Amino acid sequence: MLYKLSLKNIRKSFKDYAIYFFTLVLGVCIFYVFNAIESQTVMMNVSSSTKKIIELMNYMMNAVSVFVSFVLGFLIIYASRFLIKRRNKEFGIYLTLGMGKRKISKILLIETIFIGLISLFVGLTLGVLLSQFMSLLVANMFEADLTRFRFIFSHSACVKTLIYFGIIYLVVALFNVVTISKCKLIDLINSSKKQEKVKMKNPIICTIVFLISSIMLGYAYYIVTAGVDMLDKMIKILIPVGLGTISTFLIIWSLSGLILRIVMAVKKLYFRGLNSFVLRQISSKINTTVMQMGIICLMIFVTICVLSSALSLKNSMTQNLVTLVPVDIQFVKILDRNEGDKVLIDDSKISIVETLERADFNVKDYFKDIVEVTIYSSNDIKIKTTLGEYYEIAKSKYPMLSYDSSESFIKLSDYNKLARLYGKDQLILNDDEYIVLSDFESWAAIRDEALKRDVNINLSGVNYKPKYDECLDGFVYMSPNHINTGLFVFPDNALNGIIREKSLLAANYNVESDEEKQKIEDIIMALDENKYISKIELDAVSKIAMYGASVGLGACVTFIGIYLGIIFLISSAAILALRELSDSSDNKERYRMIRKLGADEKMINKALFKQTAIFFGFPLVLSIIHSIFGIMFCNYILETFGNQKLFISIVMTALVLIIIYGGYFVITYSVSKNIIKD
Amino acid sequence: MKDILRIKGIEKYYGTKSSLTKAIDDISFDVKEGEFTAIMGASGSGKTTLLNCISTIDKVTSGHIYVGDIDITKLKGNELNKFRREELGFIFQDFNLLDTLTAFENIALALSIQNISSSEIENRVNKVVNDLDIKSVMDKYPYQMSGGQKQRVASARAIITNPKLVLADEPTGALDSKSSKKLLESFNYLNKEFNATILMVTHDAFTASYANRVIFIKDGKIFSEINKGDGNRKEFFDKIIDVVTLLGGDVNNAL
Repeated sequence: MLYKLSLKNIRKSFKDYAIYFFTLVLGVCIFYVFNAIESQTVMMNVSSSTKKIIELMNYMMNAVSVFVSFVLGFLIIYASRFLIKRRNKEFGIYLTLGMGKRKISKILLIETIFIGLISLFVGLTLGVLLSQFMSLLVANMFEADLTRFRFIFSHSACVKTLIYFGIIYLVVALFNVVTISKCKLIDLINSSKKQEKVKMKNPIICTIVFLISSIMLGYAYYIVTAGVDMLDKMIKILIPVGLGTISTFLIIWSLSGLILRIVMAVKKLYFRGLNSFVLRQISSKINTTVMQMGIICLMIFVTICVLSSALSLKNSMTQNLVTLVPVDIQFVKILDRNEGDKVLIDDSKISIVETLERADFNVKDYFKDIVEVTIYSSNDIKIKTTLGEYYEIAKSKYPMLSYDSSESFIKLSDYNKLARLYGKDQLILNDDEYIVLSDFESWAAIRDEALKRDVNINLSGVNYKPKYDECLDGFVYMSPNHINTGLFVFPDNALNGIIREKSLLAANYNVESDEEKQKIEDIIMALDENKYISKIELDAVSKIAMYGASVGLGACVTFIGIYLGIIFLISSAAILALRELSDSSDNKERYRMIRKLGADEKMINKALFKQTAIFFGFPLVLSIIHSIFGIMFCNYILETFGNQKLFISIVMTALVLIIIYGGYFVITYSVSKNIIKD
Repeated sequence: MKDILRIKGIEKYYGTKSSLTKAIDDISFDVKEGEFTAIMGASGSGKTTLLNCISTIDKVTSGHIYVGDIDITKLKGNELNKFRREELGFIFQDFNLLDTLTAFENIALALSIQNISSSEIENRVNKVVNDLDIKSVMDKYPYQMSGGQKQRVASARAIITNPKLVLADEPTGALDSKSSKKLLESFNYLNKEFNATILMVTHDAFTASYANRVIFIKDGKIFSEINKGDGNRKEFFDKIIDVVTLLGGDVNNAL
């Protein structure tokens, strides 16, 4: 009997359950998809360094999943509370008929289990389908072989999802029992009668608050964009964050009062059709939900920023590597040391090739295309020297840069040897000329300004003038990012007698296949334990390690960013939807009155649409405005990682927003349409 | 005077053939322009069903209802809504004011639904509120008003669109006797000054005695009909009580 009643209830109130169901399905689906990544990565053929990163990522993913399950748990409890509220009257009738609270709890329990099972089934099915696309993305992220694509079903993720959501449902069921046992019959029966008290805010206070918060917000925007140089310390980032957060709440508070006042003053607009009604509906709702609205707005903002930068981060990180890591291995060591151990000082006199031979590593056996070059520097020539007349301007414009570091030089012939290996253009210089290489955009811009001013550099009594009035794009050290702030290429003779700073050896492994390369890589890694090498200092960077780390790190951040971003989005949209629906019984009354006044269905639907759209749109619009500046700031921060394909990321983010946020909007609209109809 | 409302042999059945309930069983009557008519009957007599049929909220099973020259039983969809908002005014027992709007906005809403310009809305509202003595509550919300004030605001809303017919369903049902009296006096005022045609459903003899004419309904049929004629309200009240006594015990408890 109870079972039948429960089933009937679900079928009858299926539309009411829509939001609840949608949230559960989305939650299960996302949870599965992201936990299944672990199984997908196991199948992939990737290098050992990438494997380490993947391990780290899976570990982090597990931790994040616990957090996510808490968020989803709270969300589901919130949603089920809404459902109970919706059905207060129904429970009231059961109670007056003499049904015990225990039995009502049982009905709810059966319903929870039933809905839970369906949502788990649907969510897992969707999740398994979606995770096939995800595995493509995963493979792409970790640059793994795509040819061996196959259908993957992750048992562990499935079991994990079942366990986590099983616990969540159990908590929800317990929570429902408590709610039911606490409620009083009189409240249940009278629950639909609620008189709204309307409070108008003082328009003058609203205006003042609005102006102040706008100025605060504008200042926060300014700090993160044009005035970004003010953020020279990490802690200072709290200023725009704090200002932005406070002003968001204040703007929502003041706008909800102000917009109503303004539209009311425009009588032609206010007294047209159902406008007055719609406006009052929204403002009363926003009035009572300033806190929630603010939090939701900030959450959407974080989501948009995280999604769009997470997606572009990986793009930017790996795209750079193709050009930034042209050879398999590179060693760097400091030359001509004056301090330290005898072994260290002795070693700093010899070339890297010799060093390696002393460690019983014959470069000829493993390497091809070997190029060893020397980097020079001079204590007399610092950045402020090479900037010439532009130094004073640069200093006032970018005061936090250090202008006292020594510049580095390279011989033209050395650079050309490297350039040939790196696949770069050969350079030509006259005897009295120099060229500046830089790939760090902001530094290159500073140097360009200096070069336009034709700065002459004096080396050992000879004057050299710039060949070009701008920097050339180039580098010598391999690195995952554009970090070459400036390297000067001089004619070979010019650098005779200048202090040697570093030696740099670049080479390729003399094998073809990935497996053999990995073997050489392992031998080089083992050199760390070598008796000789452990006494001296020799830095090595390899293509394999750099790809692994960079790719892995990018993917790691991307996945966790997307995961959290989507969960945030689901949470905020669900809360908004439930908020909108929770007053539906009041709205039902109101719309019934309007219908009696003779408003036709089209008019009423339009009013309802407007109401829902504004309620959903208000925090969205504010957060999108936030995001424009937020993304600009992220862009600035990520600049060291290279120029990113922001556009694609933003399109992807918009797509996610439309599917999830739009989905909740559509469901909310159709559910509330259904509610006001009967 | 011409007939505003003509009801021709309407019937309203509920249920299936095997268990048929005749809520309205062949009722016909006319209401002239500017008439204030009350329909009395016990609960279950069919008076609310009758009102619902006239207000197009419900459909008749057979028969015709003419408002002016239009047969409203033939109207469909948006024509119905248009008819309802342009030709009818409603007053309900539970006021049906929107709690989020001020009294002024509540009254204005009836006009703004008809797309009337805001300047005209203001003129028309101001004119009516003076007459109904609710000017002081114009900026208040329903929860700040007394029941009587709410019902007078609702009356203003019903009359503001210049409807052909004002339908009132137990308008004094939720009011104390003093507020009832004041409301009914304003009905009389609207009836005389605005020449409003009012059709009121009630089970209260006192309320009915304010009308010019009372139609009694019992078991879905017209039982009797009396006119106020030239007598005063007290005499009319006594006449009504006589009929109610005749009707049987059903209505007695309503007094």
